[in-house]
Amino acid sequence: MTEAAAISISDLHKRFADIEVLKGISLEAHQGDVVSILGSSGSGKSTLLRCINLLETPTSGDISVYGEALKLAKNRHGEMEPLDQKQINRVRSSLAMVFQSFNLWSHMTILENIIEAPVHVLKKPKAEATEHAMELLQKVGITDKADAYPGMLSGGQQQRVAIARALAMEPKAMLFDEPTSALDPELVNEVLQVMRQLADEGRTMIVVTHEMGFAREVSDQVIFLHQGRIEEQGPPRDVFENPSSERFKQFLSSGL
Amino acid sequence: MVMLENLSYGDAGFGDELLIGTLLTLELAVVSLVVGILLGLLTAAAKLSNNRFYRLLAQGYTELVRGIPEMLVVLVVFFGASALLQTVAGWFNYDAYIEVNAFVAGVFALGLVFGAFSSEVFRGAFLAVPKGQMEAAVACGMTSWQAFYRIRLPQMWRFAIPGLGNLWMVLLKDTSLISIIALDELLRWSKVAAETTKQPFTFYIAAAIIYLLLTILSDMARVRLENRANRGVMAHD
Ligand SMILES: Nc1ncnc2c1ncn2[C@@H]1O[C@H](COP(=O)(O)OP(=O)(O)OP(=O)(O)O)[C@@H](O)[C@H]1O
Ligand SMILES: [Mg+2]
Repeated sequence: MTEAAAISISDLHKRFADIEVLKGISLEAHQGDVVSILGSSGSGKSTLLRCINLLETPTSGDISVYGEALKLAKNRHGEMEPLDQKQINRVRSSLAMVFQSFNLWSHMTILENIIEAPVHVLKKPKAEATEHAMELLQKVGITDKADAYPGMLSGGQQQRVAIARALAMEPKAMLFDEPTSALDPELVNEVLQVMRQLADEGRTMIVVTHEMGFAREVSDQVIFLHQGRIEEQGPPRDVFENPSSERFKQFLSSGL
Repeated sequence: MVMLENLSYGDAGFGDELLIGTLLTLELAVVSLVVGILLGLLTAAAKLSNNRFYRLLAQGYTELVRGIPEMLVVLVVFFGASALLQTVAGWFNYDAYIEVNAFVAGVFALGLVFGAFSSEVFRGAFLAVPKGQMEAAVACGMTSWQAFYRIRLPQMWRFAIPGLGNLWMVLLKDTSLISIIALDELLRWSKVAAETTKQPFTFYIAAAIIYLLLTILSDMARVRLENRANRGVMAHD
């Protein structure tokens, strides 16, 4: 028997009112894999990522995280709903998410942002969480801003703090939704650099991105979404050198 | 000068009575504020809930209070509560006339009014907290209560304080309505003094100046609270 995949999705559908945004997605990410999800705007990338930690509830399909199936059931209106909120919270705490718009909590200092969930969700002692937070800030290259508020930082700094906040949960896998898209071009690299470092450490990452360089050089698997379906999928060398789908070729040549 | 003598502190003048009245006015306003804020938060939560019954209830309460003059709310609460207590006492074969404490009735009436108006302020403030803030909270495994209590509630104040400041000014002045149910707050003492000394102008002007001072002080407090609630985000917007 092989080890369970880190994240396994099978035949996932998601519909908003009468638009079907995801039309049967299946994929597997293994421990230590970096999976890049590409696709044009509106293709369903964010929705797919947000289904993994149930920020969106799928309409049908199965999701397993490290072999544990997320328990969902239809409620009386016929919508899917978590059956076991405790399970969902526990799984979420093991899948850290980094957002396009950072979403640092604006009423808390940088340090408070990082220790918030370790202290209140993982119930870590505050002193321990603080010590860990300072190490993580060092790691993402932010050394003198622990007591500043998010609003005082540049976008690149905020996103690196958001990554530190995610790492503070000691997650088993990380979800990134276009982490560099809201950044000024000159700030993109400082964030990508941190992400490359995480990939080198062997972290399991699912990354929605428009950064082709990152997808090509860092990922183990590339997935191209088009109108809610996977159009192209495989190791970066294969999909970039020999794309089989016309749409993916177009996507690549359009330079986005 | 007779006028100043009448305003003086002690047996000769009404200065001490005005001070006592002012303190009672403040006490009434502050206690009503606390009750009103709790009621407003609860009503806002009901308005934002998924439960249709709660939403209707909250909507009904707000519409009702908004549609009735404050003075009538005060009278209805005061006499309504007396009647209610009397009925309940009747069940236990106790039938003396029961008068509700004017302060309690005042707090209840003013709290009811403040709760209705502030529920709209709170509702707007809760909705103004960017959605991503809550998503970041639940995405790391917080329960919905933790996300509400640790993230949404503290951020809401920044949007609510300006509106609450205005409502507080209205509340402060509405305390004068409680004089009609014989609570010895500032306006009532001014009236007593005006009638006793036959100098209505002096005492009503004195009362007006005191109300004005209270509003000015309140506004200074509001600015401080606003700055505190905005710390860290000022660089942005
Ligand atoms: N909450 C929602 N309600 C209704 N429709 C939605 C909702 N969220 C997303 N959609 C729709 O689903 C489709 C896919 O959206 P999604 O955000 O997943 O796309 P995306 O690939 O992430 O695009 P982008 O690159 O612009 O972020 C879009 O047409 C969007 O309008
Ligand atoms: Mg998106």
